Amino acid sequence: MAQPAGSEPPGRSPDHLDDHVIEVALARLLQIGVGLAAFVVLIGGLRFLGVHWGEHPQYGTFSGEPEDLSRVDGIVHAAVALRGRGLIQLGLLLLIATPVARVIFSLVAFVLERDRIYVILTAFVLLLLLASLTGIVA
Amino acid sequence: MTTLAFTLLVAVGSFLAGLIGALTGLGGGVVIVPLLTLAFGVDFRYAVGASLVSVIATSSGAAAAYVREGFTNIRVGMFLEVATTIGALFGAYVAALISTSALAIVFGLVLLYSAWSASRPRPQHLLSTPDPIAQRLRLDGSYPTKQGERYYHVQRVPLGFGLMLGAGALSGLLGIGSGAFKVLAMDQAMCLPFKVSTTTSNFMIGVTAAASAGVYFARGYIDPGIAMPVMLGVLAGATLGARVLKRATPTALRLLFAVVIAALALEMIYNGATSRL
Repeated sequence: MAQPAGSEPPGRSPDHLDDHVIEVALARLLQIGVGLAAFVVLIGGLRFLGVHWGEHPQYGTFSGEPEDLSRVDGIVHAAVALRGRGLIQLGLLLLIATPVARVIFSLVAFVLERDRIYVILTAFVLLLLLASLTGIVA
Repeated sequence: MTTLAFTLLVAVGSFLAGLIGALTGLGGGVVIVPLLTLAFGVDFRYAVGASLVSVIATSSGAAAAYVREGFTNIRVGMFLEVATTIGALFGAYVAALISTSALAIVFGLVLLYSAWSASRPRPQHLLSTPDPIAQRLRLDGSYPTKQGERYYHVQRVPLGFGLMLGAGALSGLLGIGSGAFKVLAMDQAMCLPFKVSTTTSNFMIGVTAAASAGVYFARGYIDPGIAMPVMLGVLAGATLGARVLKRATPTALRLLFAVVIAALALEMIYNGATSRL
């Protein structure tokens, strides 16, 4: 029963290779998500700085954000118009979408592996995540 | 200060935050909030919004490398995410009922103790026998070391799950500190190797943070002028951090982790004492 941990594999499962293939694909997904988000924020940042670089921002007083920078439809609208702040917010939305996409990807991977326990666990996390993102919970 | 100077200075600070966040599994928030509020006089709500962005950026930015190289235990991450998500919902629900200031001080003191206990190296023989629950859930794994691939058995799964419920509730209640308790639960309770604990925590914190992103956006906490240098700086720092972790010794990483959570503990006690939560 006692199986020492160390350099030898403890009972490799037959789908061990699948796990590694999934890891590589998952890493690629994260890379693409983050890369895309960073690119959009960078373009938006350059446009934003091009206009406002010499101003003196008042971040010490909280005034919230206008609707076109705090709601998804407003942000998309501002970004399509290539406004700097809108593009930055769109990039941040892409950044936030990356972990969500990661959970969806894991769910699909566990379904393909027919790993029932993890399909249930991941589906549960995804449901709660989507519910809290859309404001249904809390 | 002009917008340009602010952007450049915040980007440099955020680079450091991303580097430390990726190495410790804590995300960049530990550094970002005090940096923005104390050094730049930014309003606490904007700082918290930027901190959320920094946590997601550190998590996703470093996770790509950690997952590909085989440090992250994805099954442990997914399994424990169930606990942290339930805990976070519970925490957000009871936040209105209890004094978060007092709670912040209590958890600050707990963290101070944890900083001391995490700084001591863990004896390797604790990792030796398989746990039936861990085997059922196929949590056992392996990770790369200088001596080649090393296999480990995950221990005390129910205790780890319970602590993760607490870590999730804490993040729902206080907004900070969940990464620290994630690493501690995996390292001290479940006996995962330290690099696996920090990289798996790093993998998880992005999802936990993404869950509250909708609320932060809607409340107007996320300002593009602040979030832009934070995100780009943190991403660059996290990318470097992922390279450094590969070569760093667990002892050095433990020491860095202990110092950072001691700072986090003081930050929590300060926030609690000044009632900013």
